Amino acid sequence: MADGETLRTIETVFRIERARLIGGLARLVGDVDRAEELAQDALVAALAEWPQSGVPQNPGAWLMAAAKRRAIDGFRRDKMLARKHAEIARDRDGDYDAGAEAIEAALDDDLGDEVLGLIFAACHPLLSAEARAALTLRLIGGLTTDEIARAFLSREPTIAQRIVRAKKTLGEAGLTFAVPRGEERKPRLASVLEVIYLVFNEGYAATAGEDLIRPSLCAEAQRLGRMLAAAMPEEPEVFGLLALMELQASRFAARTGPDGALVPLTEQNRGRWDRLLIRRGLDALARAEALGGASGPYALQAALAACHARAATAEDTDWPRIASLYDTLRTVMPSPVVDLNRAVAHSMAFGPDAGLALVAGLEEEAALATYAPLPAAKGDFLFRAGRRGEARAEFERAASLTRNARERAFLLARAAACDS
Amino acid sequence: MRVMVFVKATPDSEKGLPPTAEMTKMFEAMGKFNEELVKAGIMLSGDGLKPSSHGKRVAFDGPNRTVIDGPFAEARELVAGFWIWEVKDMDEAVAWVKRCPNPMLGPSEIEIRPFYEMADFGEAVTPDIVEREERLREQLKDR
Repeated sequence: MADGETLRTIETVFRIERARLIGGLARLVGDVDRAEELAQDALVAALAEWPQSGVPQNPGAWLMAAAKRRAIDGFRRDKMLARKHAEIARDRDGDYDAGAEAIEAALDDDLGDEVLGLIFAACHPLLSAEARAALTLRLIGGLTTDEIARAFLSREPTIAQRIVRAKKTLGEAGLTFAVPRGEERKPRLASVLEVIYLVFNEGYAATAGEDLIRPSLCAEAQRLGRMLAAAMPEEPEVFGLLALMELQASRFAARTGPDGALVPLTEQNRGRWDRLLIRRGLDALARAEALGGASGPYALQAALAACHARAATAEDTDWPRIASLYDTLRTVMPSPVVDLNRAVAHSMAFGPDAGLALVAGLEEEAALATYAPLPAAKGDFLFRAGRRGEARAEFERAASLTRNARERAFLLARAAACDS
Repeated sequence: MRVMVFVKATPDSEKGLPPTAEMTKMFEAMGKFNEELVKAGIMLSGDGLKPSSHGKRVAFDGPNRTVIDGPFAEARELVAGFWIWEVKDMDEAVAWVKRCPNPMLGPSEIEIRPFYEMADFGEAVTPDIVEREERLREQLKDR
């Protein structure tokens, strides 16, 4: 019997190999559920052998070979059953091993992009965004359904069922688990990027005192982004998204105060920004731009984050550049929230009247009718324009709209300051 | 978690020998390993360092500062290169280091050290509070 130390070593090696294993196996057997089972069988085989033989030189190849043997055994068994059940017994000795040979041959194919193929399958547009996120975290991140449930503030049975259904949908669709090429690639890639950013944002939304699994979603998304960047070095939006995540994550430590309250970007202690992630983010952004992707929605958002990252102090922020980036962003990613942020950027770059002019057009926007940041921004513009009475009314309106107690206190304090 | 992985120096690496065929082969193997790290999404940064003969040390003793020129003794205690990785836990870091080709021609060592993280300070003691306490202590000293 192996000691605990050895078991842990084996499990860790398996964890590292797992996604590649499942990706390769899914390609062979055409079914992600079966692939997961086969991978698990390979782990069982490793747990039986490695304690005596030691961890092999190339554990990934060993596990793949073990899983493959199981796949071939299974294939032969199915074949035998099929033959037994066949009413007309035809002589099929000729192709008896054809399936097994096909599996052997496929194994010699380029195995470099199994994980990539698996990511594309897990993020297939056939699935809802939630299902894609859960399946991606399960298959590529190796999270358990319980961990995924805790991460998304959901219940374990809900997530388990979501994953079962997603696998079934994929099975019925008869996917090849190959990396999509040609025309199919662009929409499929967009679907992958959307899921990764969704996972990242879920982690970023975590607050102090919550289950630590939640903030770890950011690290998981960043890892996926880095894997994607390594596997698809010619895709500008992959680098755009990676840049955006690295730059946003660089502010993780600085974005909350000692009392857990969110600290606005301009008031954060920049000494606590993560310089390594900033450098990685700026590099990824430069790569996205060099690949001709400067106007992609992720690259543009990354460029916005980069303006802040490059400023040594809040006063150094290049607001005219931010304003112009928002001008572009609203054309590629139209949204009232982007328009509101654009108004704020213009007010910082060109004065409060510029902000007021842009915000005027937004007040009819139904999506923003009860959106507290709108009157809060307008209040700020009016305050800076010296129109204190009107500013106070806007701050009070914003305070009445927010559900966050801390934010309400902040807005009421700003309203009170209008009287002094 | 973030870890720094130190490749320890050896008497050979400290000599800064010109590359031999053997070393070229090792660099190739190391290049492949680095590729694997990037593909797995765990590599954040990494570089090699020149021998300590190019280095300097500054010794502190109260208000005194003394500059000491390299090379320094005890090659095993010196660092010849490093990576910064983002891994799930120390087990994963160890598993990856085991896959690394021997970075030196002779026996050598690689050391893994986790970074301090927010969680290490507990919820009550954020770096902000540490900072504030330090300021307070400074002010008290001045009285």
